[in-house]
Amino acid sequence: MAESNFWLDYILPLLLIVGYILAIVVPIMLSVAIVSYAERKIWAAMQWRKGPNVVGPFGLFQPLADGAKFFLKETIIPSGANRVLFLLAPVIMFSLGLIGWAVIPFDQHLVLADINVGILYLFAVSSLGVYGIIIAGWASNSRYAFLGALRSAAQMVSYEVSIGFVLVTVLLAAGSLNLNEIVEAQKGLWFFIPLAPMFVIYLISALAETNRTPFDLPEAETELVGGYQVEYSSMSWVLFMMGEYANIILLSGIAVILFLGGWLPPFQVEPLTSVPGIVWFLLKTSVLVFFFTWTKGTFPRYRYDQLMRLGWKVFLPASLFWVVVTAGAMHLFGWLPK
Amino acid sequence: MIIETIVFYVFAVVTVAAGVMVVVSRNPVHSVLFLILAFFSSAGLFVLMGAEFLAMVLIIVYVGAVAVLFLFVVMMLDINFSELRAGFFQYLPVGGVVGVILLAELILVFASGAADITLPKTVASPTPPADVVSNTEALGNILYTRYAYLFQAAGLVLLVAMIGAIVLTHRRRVGVRRQRIADQVARDPKDVIELKDVKPGEGASWKSD
Repeated sequence: MAESNFWLDYILPLLLIVGYILAIVVPIMLSVAIVSYAERKIWAAMQWRKGPNVVGPFGLFQPLADGAKFFLKETIIPSGANRVLFLLAPVIMFSLGLIGWAVIPFDQHLVLADINVGILYLFAVSSLGVYGIIIAGWASNSRYAFLGALRSAAQMVSYEVSIGFVLVTVLLAAGSLNLNEIVEAQKGLWFFIPLAPMFVIYLISALAETNRTPFDLPEAETELVGGYQVEYSSMSWVLFMMGEYANIILLSGIAVILFLGGWLPPFQVEPLTSVPGIVWFLLKTSVLVFFFTWTKGTFPRYRYDQLMRLGWKVFLPASLFWVVVTAGAMHLFGWLPK
Repeated sequence: MIIETIVFYVFAVVTVAAGVMVVVSRNPVHSVLFLILAFFSSAGLFVLMGAEFLAMVLIIVYVGAVAVLFLFVVMMLDINFSELRAGFFQYLPVGGVVGVILLAELILVFASGAADITLPKTVASPTPPADVVSNTEALGNILYTRYAYLFQAAGLVLLVAMIGAIVLTHRRRVGVRRQRIADQVARDPKDVIELKDVKPGEGASWKSD
């Protein structure tokens, strides 16, 4: 009795969960490869170049070739580096890019962990992202890497604050911390219309959180020769890169859930509602990933003091003000959920 | 049930072990990293108790913000590690006494029944069962109704501390040129740019005012 229960109660669910995790992680790795290829093609098009076009049709197998190349390269660990932390940093970075997906609802019931505090979990995961970079910068025992790490720490902590306030306004409007309920609350109107300023603040802060142009000061190749990544090579570097891309897709996915109605179709009319929700979710996420690529191909890098000014003197007061406005308006007009 | 017990002991052991490593590890950066590990495993303990809101807030506030600043400061310090170890036995008695006092206080609180769940003030605001109200809602209800004034007071104390820290450390250095974004935006190209048609061999002159 007890024996059979043990298998049914513990081992079977465990195997199921492992299966679910694989079903999420493998497509994400695939999309990381696709996004890296798409980015290079898009930048090439923006600069009137051809981009990767040698390996496979239209250069489609370029990510595979790159992967094989990095895999075969030598992993170099600097003699002055702290070995354990040096190798731990890319692992942290990469796994943080993946664990956020555990709570993302791809469709109404298509979610690994439908937890009550989903949005807080995502906030926690994104606030941890800074550790991979700080540890990498410190463990490398190199000045450039360390400068990059210090910049990144200050930058991510600053923009974290405004992202927090953005989340608060979405919570006010949705009345729940559960991601599925947040999506359901947008059935009538996607939140990016009533909360348009917060949507803009979220997108810009997401650029800063993922250290992308115009906020890529931590790696700033023209002054810091690559910042925190400067001592990394082969697979350890690839983990950083894949973590960064997984993070970009994750933050785009979060934006879709918070502001663009997640798996909901644009209008609740017949031909649109019969399309599966996951298609809508992936479509919207791709649009935002394209936005990330677009900005990288368009904007120059911010100066450090401008970055801090934007974070603390513009976004923080603006988002705080908008929290008060949203809360006040909802209370005044009785729009509060429930 | 068995699994829960095992998970509890794993988290508990990791928390205590990480706490010990914070104190004994030689490198202060390692200390901070062990502190982060301790925060993490305590968050795990909170989840086991069904307090998922507290677990997430613990990670967001302590790991995501406080420990980052710790790490930031500790990494920038230029510390002589052997010097840091030198006073260990000198400070051991003082530290020991503090530890013993804290332990005695904890024992007093729990032995005297001050933390008893049947006390009138605790019964007046019972924790609702987890399947009726999510614990985010339960916490919000009690914090913003029963303890609203205390909550506001705590916020004010933090605000005063923050302003105090800024006032104490803020210096305005003289002789530094500051960038004023508003002035730059307000500049009119007509006032500062002049187009001249320069004839060959003549050169141009520009009268500065």
